Amino acid sequence: MAGRVITITSGKGGVGKTTATANIGVALARRGKRVACLDADIGLRNLDVVLGLENRIVYDLVDVVEGRARLRQALIKDKRLPDLCLLPAAQTRDKTAVKEAQMLKLVEDLKKDFDFILVDSPAGIEVGFKNAIAPADEVIIVTTPEVSAVRDADRIIGLVEAAEKPAPRLIINRLRPAMVKRGDMLDTKDVLEVLAVELIGIVPEDEGIITSTNKGQPAAFDDRSPAGGAFTRIGQRLLGEDVPFMVFDDSSGLFDRVSKFLKR
Amino acid sequence: MSFLTRIFGQPHSADLAKERLQLVLAHDRMNIPPATLNALKDEIITVISHHVDIDRANVQVEVARSAEGNRLVMNIPVLGLRAAREAKATAARSARGRKTR
Repeated sequence: MAGRVITITSGKGGVGKTTATANIGVALARRGKRVACLDADIGLRNLDVVLGLENRIVYDLVDVVEGRARLRQALIKDKRLPDLCLLPAAQTRDKTAVKEAQMLKLVEDLKKDFDFILVDSPAGIEVGFKNAIAPADEVIIVTTPEVSAVRDADRIIGLVEAAEKPAPRLIINRLRPAMVKRGDMLDTKDVLEVLAVELIGIVPEDEGIITSTNKGQPAAFDDRSPAGGAFTRIGQRLLGEDVPFMVFDDSSGLFDRVSKFLKR
Repeated sequence: MSFLTRIFGQPHSADLAKERLQLVLAHDRMNIPPATLNALKDEIITVISHHVDIDRANVQVEVARSAEGNRLVMNIPVLGLRAAREAKATAARSARGRKTR
């Protein structure tokens, strides 16, 4: 069976695409799926450090595309999770180093050996983004509850539609329940109303993401991490499981505490 | 939230964010050059004014996104239905005519 290709993108930089890719990859691999994480951000490689695999890179994506290395040589197997692999981006080249047809071929090859291919898209709407979207069977858009990120997400939704991909699904990242409660942050329903897309996950702001990235150990390894747990649930939803969305109750008076689960 | 807004007279920043987003996205989604849009607007206004009195200064055009796709939405304030008024006037005239007969 051919693997599912899921591209994670956002338009705006710094909203958590790479963190989302790494953590969803870990979540899926922990459930026994064979996962390849592909860093499509040529020239600004980062998925390797977030996954903690930066010291093991020998060949990269551009080496494979240009025939200097075989796919199998370039793939880095995560020792913590044998079902998780990384195909790193090149750091010394730029986004024009890969053509769309080469990207399609590369992903087609990966599909034979993996259940999921997660493509970490670069920010922006130029060639790197287009290359990342081209092989996608599904698209996940990451946004934060901020005007600039939501605006860019809207633009990306239009471009994904124009590329004739299925309707993208949305991750709202770095939600701060206390700020939402006092009316100083866009709430999930506001963002969904404005963007008119399907939600696949809400990830609360969590300092644990910074410490886990410091260590190169994605939060989804840790079942007690709030953000890690949110990414784990996104993985479950991708596997078709009916997982309730966390709701941050506005009326209970409990700041910053998840007060109930709602069945969607 | 809205009663607090009324008491303190100041909207929460999240409400402002949502309003500003909706406005900016209405423009972004249009993706039509302003000249084309103005021509479109003028032509539609001309056609509609043949039948209905409208408030030309307050016509709004935007593109709204929904699950079914994008929709071009025009908001045209109506001052009066010309056809309805004319029909009423005609009816009144004929009623007067019947009385005098």
